[in-house]
Amino acid sequence: MNLTPKLFKTYAKRNLNNPRLRKTYRFATHHALANRLQVVGEVPEWEALRERAHCIKEEAIDHLDYYLEKLEVSVTGNGGKVFWARDGKEASDYILSIARRIRARTVVKSKSMTTEEIGLSHTLEENQLEPVETDLGEYIIQLAHEWPSHITAPALHKTRGEIGELFAEKLGIPYTDVPEELCEVARKILRSKFLAAEIGISGVNFALADTGTIVIVENEGNARLSTTLPKVHIAVMGLEKVIPSFVDLPVFLRLLARSSTGQKQTSYVSLISSPRKPGEVDGPEEFHLVILDNGRTELLKDPKVRESLFCIRCGACLNTCPIYQRVGGHSYGSVYSGPIGAVITPLFQGLEVAKDLPYASSLCGACSGICPVKIDIHHMLLYLRKQLVDQKGTPWQERLAMKLYLAGMKDSTLYRLGSRALRIALKLSGKQSKPLTVPGWTETRDFPPLAVKSFKTMWKELQREAEL
Amino acid sequence: MRVSLFIPCLTDQFFPRVGINLYKILKKAGAIVDYPSEQTCCGQPAFNSGYHEEAIELAQRFLQVFRSSEYIVSPSGSCTSMVKMFYPEILEDLGLKETLHDVTRKTYEFSDFLVNVMGVTDLGVYFPHRVTYHDACHLLRELQVKQAPRDLIRKVRGIELVEMEQSENCCGFGGTFSVKYPEISTAMAEDKAASIAQTGAEYVVANDSSCLMQIGGCLSRKDLAAKPLHLADLLGESL
Repeated sequence: MNLTPKLFKTYAKRNLNNPRLRKTYRFATHHALANRLQVVGEVPEWEALRERAHCIKEEAIDHLDYYLEKLEVSVTGNGGKVFWARDGKEASDYILSIARRIRARTVVKSKSMTTEEIGLSHTLEENQLEPVETDLGEYIIQLAHEWPSHITAPALHKTRGEIGELFAEKLGIPYTDVPEELCEVARKILRSKFLAAEIGISGVNFALADTGTIVIVENEGNARLSTTLPKVHIAVMGLEKVIPSFVDLPVFLRLLARSSTGQKQTSYVSLISSPRKPGEVDGPEEFHLVILDNGRTELLKDPKVRESLFCIRCGACLNTCPIYQRVGGHSYGSVYSGPIGAVITPLFQGLEVAKDLPYASSLCGACSGICPVKIDIHHMLLYLRKQLVDQKGTPWQERLAMKLYLAGMKDSTLYRLGSRALRIALKLSGKQSKPLTVPGWTETRDFPPLAVKSFKTMWKELQREAEL
Repeated sequence: MRVSLFIPCLTDQFFPRVGINLYKILKKAGAIVDYPSEQTCCGQPAFNSGYHEEAIELAQRFLQVFRSSEYIVSPSGSCTSMVKMFYPEILEDLGLKETLHDVTRKTYEFSDFLVNVMGVTDLGVYFPHRVTYHDACHLLRELQVKQAPRDLIRKVRGIELVEMEQSENCCGFGGTFSVKYPEISTAMAEDKAASIAQTGAEYVVANDSSCLMQIGGCLSRKDLAAKPLHLADLLGESL
């Protein structure tokens, strides 16, 4: 599979016909949703928290220039270094320059969607470095040469049997599908990598502008090791990850773990404000914060899509989405999948390469209903459809059909005549009261017959009877 | 109380009994009912596909047709949400503020209208069957109507309402989505059909003919016993 949203339809169809994959997604998403429901139920002020988080994000995104500069000042003041990267290449080049300077060979990475977005591991590999993903899910997909199928659970699509086979093939161990044993194997290998690595790269869940603290939320302890053992720590963040203040953090910590994994809190929450200070016994010697744009500031221009930058990457909208549950993350052809992926992939990569994504939704609204920061996801999909139509990016047959539809609907005489003509035609061809054949529908579902009399006709008759 | 029927085009062409039954229900509840015969389509198919120009034209037309109505009541959560939630979005810059506000304010989905405006839940209907209720997405998540239809069902004599698992999950219709992505749409309908079958209900009740067309089309194709039934048909057929 290639990483391109152009092939959504092909991938989706293939995945739909894979019962094993369907079952895996169904189990994983339903499990996450059930856990979420339980821990969310324990928070009576949940709706108020969502509202608050939305407001904080709105404040941060509406004044992004102010808070990002404040963040830079704070981080620099704490002894860290800030690098502004316009795109993935600038970010990667900066990281490579550090690697060259300190003659690094091994780089441990903790889970980061932003580095997935810019394909950082690939670039590091091309430059004779050994990047090692240390989150178990990420480690699995790195071994399999795949991209994440879920924002928070990158190897969600794999069964433990498949992981067992993968480990046996790539790591030369005897086959096992016992999770604890597989985990132990990964743990041993990764431990040596942690000790050898000169650089640790992490993502950022939240960057606090006032204290210059980056916050990393995780369950495996690998992010803590990646950010403390190697002598250089580089954190990569999309520029929307900044929030104004340390006091805003608890709101998000309460929302994030509950929404994503259904936990009250993750096992580890790391707050990192500086490299090792004089007199301290551990921690990295250097701390670099790479702040990545990569198309994000473009989104700021349009108030209708700006909200998509509020996303805290919890993955709840993926879990609840009936489309994602059935076609899986890889169908989206982008590291960001599901409803939020269907919004930001076209915005980051261009509507023309991702034109199928805004339509990959029944507009049921479950995504917006579950989003912990109240992003109006499904209405943004509607907006993207409009953009596509305005750019004449839809098929000419569809544009023509809409013109005909409008002509028939804006004139009630034409509507009535059409309605009558249709019935006469059906009667003449002997198909009256017979279920209609509709391409795209009747292959898999029955379609009802056209009513012998329309409501309009029945109403007229009803009125006539009343007058008698 | 004067109520104007807003009968969506799909109902007009495929499920006219739903409109007739809605008329009977409203009359029984004490309203004076009319039907502005110039009405056609609210424009939702165009709007949902991104064709705002076409949708705006039909929305303006809708305002003209219904501007003098006291109340506008529809047997569809979906078409009601088009008027109430999306007309303001597409018409906001067109200087129609007063008419727009007036029309959206007085437009209701019928179960919401019966229970929350007219204060009617018991229509004296007898229906000795086991039913389950499907929460249509727009009615539930755009209009936040969940309780009213259940209140109406529970008052029916002899009826047994069995909730299905995940009644709030989408049936997979989604307008043009159902033909743009027929495989995904059908996969969703099949899961919905399975939830319905699990309840052992004879009828699946909903307040949108479009969902019922999708669900019913899947039920019959799979030879499952449950039949689709619009709430207006359940309540109005015997009146």
